[in-house]
Amino acid sequence: MSFPFSAIVGQDEMKLALLLAAVDARIGGVMVFGDRGTGKSTAVRALAALLPPVPASQSGFQSSELPPPAPKAMVPVPFVDLPLGATEDRVVGALDLERALGAGVKAFEPGLLARANGGFLYIDEVNLLEDHIVDLLLDVAASGENVVEREGLSVRHPARFVLVGSGNPEEGELRPQLLDRFGLSVEVRTPQDLATRVEILKRCDAFERAPEAFVESWRSAEKKTLKRIARGRAAVGQVAMPDAMLARASSLCMAVGADGLRGELTLMRAARALAALDGAAAVTPEHIARVAPLALRHRLRRGVLDETGSTVRITRALEELAA
Amino acid sequence: MTDVAPPHAGALDDALLAARLCAYDPVGLGGMILRGGGDLRDAVVAALHQALPEGAPLRRIPAHVDDAALLGGLDLGATLAHGRPLRRQGVLAAADGGVVVLPMAERMGDATAARIAAVLDQGEIDGAPARVAVVAFDDGVEDEAPPMALIERLAFRIDLGDCRPRPIAPGQPVARAASVAVPTDMLEVIAGTALALGIDSARAPLFALRAAIAAAALDGRDEVREADVIVAVRLVLAPRATRMPAPPEHEQASAPPPLDDGGQSDSGEEEQAARQALDDVVLAAALAALPRDVLEQLAAGRTRSRAGRARGAGERRQSAHRGRPLGARAGVPRGGLRLSVIDTLRAAAPWQRLRAQRIEPVRIRRADLHIRRFETRAEMLTIFAVDASGSSAAARLAEAKGAVELLLAEAYVKRAQVALVAFRGMAAETLLPPTRSLTRARRALAELPGGGGTPLAAGLAAARGLAEAARTRGRTPFIVVLTDGRANVAADGSTQREQAERDAEDAARAIGQAAIGAAFVDTSARPRPEGARLALAMGARYLPLPRADAAAMHRAVTAAQAR
Repeated sequence: MSFPFSAIVGQDEMKLALLLAAVDARIGGVMVFGDRGTGKSTAVRALAALLPPVPASQSGFQSSELPPPAPKAMVPVPFVDLPLGATEDRVVGALDLERALGAGVKAFEPGLLARANGGFLYIDEVNLLEDHIVDLLLDVAASGENVVEREGLSVRHPARFVLVGSGNPEEGELRPQLLDRFGLSVEVRTPQDLATRVEILKRCDAFERAPEAFVESWRSAEKKTLKRIARGRAAVGQVAMPDAMLARASSLCMAVGADGLRGELTLMRAARALAALDGAAAVTPEHIARVAPLALRHRLRRGVLDETGSTVRITRALEELAA
Repeated sequence: MTDVAPPHAGALDDALLAARLCAYDPVGLGGMILRGGGDLRDAVVAALHQALPEGAPLRRIPAHVDDAALLGGLDLGATLAHGRPLRRQGVLAAADGGVVVLPMAERMGDATAARIAAVLDQGEIDGAPARVAVVAFDDGVEDEAPPMALIERLAFRIDLGDCRPRPIAPGQPVARAASVAVPTDMLEVIAGTALALGIDSARAPLFALRAAIAAAALDGRDEVREADVIVAVRLVLAPRATRMPAPPEHEQASAPPPLDDGGQSDSGEEEQAARQALDDVVLAAALAALPRDVLEQLAAGRTRSRAGRARGAGERRQSAHRGRPLGARAGVPRGGLRLSVIDTLRAAAPWQRLRAQRIEPVRIRRADLHIRRFETRAEMLTIFAVDASGSSAAARLAEAKGAVELLLAEAYVKRAQVALVAFRGMAAETLLPPTRSLTRARRALAELPGGGGTPLAAGLAAARGLAEAARTRGRTPFIVVLTDGRANVAADGSTQREQAERDAEDAARAIGQAAIGAAFVDTSARPRPEGARLALAMGARYLPLPRADAAAMHRAVTAAQAR
């Protein structure tokens, strides 16, 4: 049983980013920066557990060679925790050893990418992951398909998932190319006021003592969140994006010096997803302002001696735009 | 008065207590890290094992364990022998409900630690339960420490370094209590102490809470009391402290705001004063548990050094030739890579039957080949580029020399190398190629003459040349430039000021683009923007140090290098 998503104290930005990614998977993954023990994996796990079951035909390993699942079969949203030392074999899949040994048959054993299809792939400490695995993950996350050509196997299967990475910048930098591929980025910090800290401790304690009762007491809040996501998903295609808002997003990107088009695209999608979550019919300047730090923060070019934080620069640019 | 007791006098008792707490709540507390102590650690492990229910497993995991042994999987040997797939249970699953010992945890790789951390978080492996208490032995010297992922997830960290062996009576299994109540003010004390000690992870106060509950239960009580919280704070929070708590304020303002339930909101001033007093007692207990050197470090406002970040150690890097074994990976041996025969055979073994269906004399294929990998730490090379021109007046040059000498001495201690480039007159000269010889370095410095123009571009280019050469040899270079930043000799030797400045900036940018670590010490009497601009182009830390003496320069550069 996992901790209820709604019961996570604070960390509003991380929760918002995850909700946006749940509403529109095309936003791309979420990168969470922060110290250990700030509830990063708890939040991702909680969101995966909160989401309603998905059709079995859209989740996990899908292949024309498998018998199709029952048309109405539903399965829980997959959540895959990618271990740090995972080998390429385990990630993309490889020859099925058991069947090769037992029956002398060449068969494909799906890897973690296949298991994550239709759900979440969580990587703790992305910055410690080996480069070639990271490249592979980002490639598949962008194309939504895993292509395996090895050991005489030729397999392609859908692998659509929301990539969530976490890392502590103090323990190793992330390459900018890699950062840019994540749609949103958030910075989580431990709250520094006593009341919040006590509340975190209280809720964790309550959950450990009686998980069922705790989950039950948060049921209505969870239902509300779920409803918001469902409404957002249904509405995201219909949310209007006025030209003025597009212009605003572009000029914001130019003002802060975000490299490349990906920033603008993500900003637009994230603003639309937020509007859908909020039940608005059209994107407003306020939506853009709220998602701008998440969508742009990790794409700014930084001067070596510039000590100004990226978030501050975005806020400043937003204020100038509003003036 | 007698001498103050050594800081670790009670460490063995603490460790034994921690063992019983872990036995009470192994899943909640994760386990402990024991530093130093030799055979005493086995006594602590035995105490933990005895305190667990009868028949609990006890397993040791070597630092270089492979995944199959750790997590389980297909047992290749048995499978080949029997001709049908046979699975083997991993050590972690086999140790469910018991203790796992990690000897030499400081040598454990991040990947292995991450696997164990995931099991600690979830208590299972692929659906099979694996609830274990982990005892990690830390034999690290100075900058070595167990992986952060483990440190974070094990509640206790105890240094047995100064303990003397003594007989330990065998313990009894601990009994589980039905339920232990935790009054809200005790929760507040734990959260408040973690905050005051600058502990950010939410895991730490949670560990402290569970430790307090376990302590109360072991004492046969059904409510957590002050004494339990003090034990928990001393064992769990104190070793994690990152700062000295602010001096206690006895004003009303320091009391926490009432919580949302409102139950305590109208508590009287008396109660708040009592809370405050309790806070102080607990904090004092936490501080008393800290060794004096750590206290001094915290008081000086320095955060404690982190694992593997010590200066002079250089970057960790993978190497094909030497270093600590890092396991093998699939690859073809060429360009000096070495074939790992065992891993290649292991990779080929499962396919023998399949491949035997066709007539193939050799059943090892290219895809089976594995090469060995190693991890080494790159050596540090500090390159000093010293401006010896006429504009760097004699006095300042002398101070710069002094600073270089201090840095040299330090680099020598850390077994790092140093090199010295001087620029004056028309060109730059490598006075000292990379060396560890302090004597040679001193002599080169002493002989450094002053006077003439400032060929800054040439000096920077020479420093970059040394740095890049060092890098190809697998060292991590760091450039320290000491100059007043007023270039007046261009790269081609002409004395056109504008051209000279442009050239200097180009040379600086080349260093920045090569991503070489650098510090730029501006020694001019009145720092001007040129210096800062050059530092920016180099990607270097800019340290304007007019009128600085040798010691100040040394401090600033060491700080920049430590970053």
